[in-house]
Amino acid sequence: MVNRVITGARYGLRDWLAQRITAVIMAVYSVIIVSVLLTGKPITYGVWRDLFAQGWMRVATLLFAASLAWHAWVGMRDILMDYIKPDGLRLSLQVGTLLVIAAYLGWAIQILWR
Amino acid sequence: MSEAALKTPARKTRPKYLSLQALLFEIRLPLPGWVSILHRVSGALLFVALVWLLWMLDRSLSSEAAFERIKHYAGLLPVKLSLLVLVWAYCHHFCAGIRYLFLDLDKGVDKETARLTSWIVLGASLTLTALLGWKLW
Repeated sequence: MVNRVITGARYGLRDWLAQRITAVIMAVYSVIIVSVLLTGKPITYGVWRDLFAQGWMRVATLLFAASLAWHAWVGMRDILMDYIKPDGLRLSLQVGTLLVIAAYLGWAIQILWR
Repeated sequence: MSEAALKTPARKTRPKYLSLQALLFEIRLPLPGWVSILHRVSGALLFVALVWLLWMLDRSLSSEAAFERIKHYAGLLPVKLSLLVLVWAYCHHFCAGIRYLFLDLDKGVDKETARLTSWIVLGASLTLTALLGWKLW
């Protein structure tokens, strides 16, 4: 019987790097969107709908959502690993977090391509 | 000096464990520590609030009537204040995140610079929140 410490599915450089790359993607998206919204026409339903009807906006937002999903997973996992000590509880919360992220992502796709 | 004082070793009063009192009044987090914990808190808050934000995005894109309802909903004071907190969380997470990217590249790791950039992050995120809040409403 091997006694292993359950610390999560995987850890190391890959997650660390992924969190930073996704952060840069989201930062670029945020700056672009804020500039588009603040410099454009006043936001009516038509303006809002047309913005999200454009192909580039849908793909960029999907890229943002995917980045957010990965980024949030690394971040939430870090928080759970730091504060939740009982293995069973931590594992359950990590699985719960993954399910929530998957649901968020599915919903985002549904909103973008309705 | 009394005999008792000579026999017993001098005792300094220091906290033996992290009591609530110690956490609240005795241990002071340095400024970069505040930026760090707020980065965590804002990230967790945004993650939890995402369900609400997605719901509003969903409604606002579903029809003109729903868009108007969400617009009215977003104007209600408690909603407005909550949204403003989330805008701050996003701005803080954004600014502090950029600071961490520079720290990863070994830029600004000495004490004075780290303290200065912490002030800048706190100030910039509050300024951005005020600007965006003013623009949005």
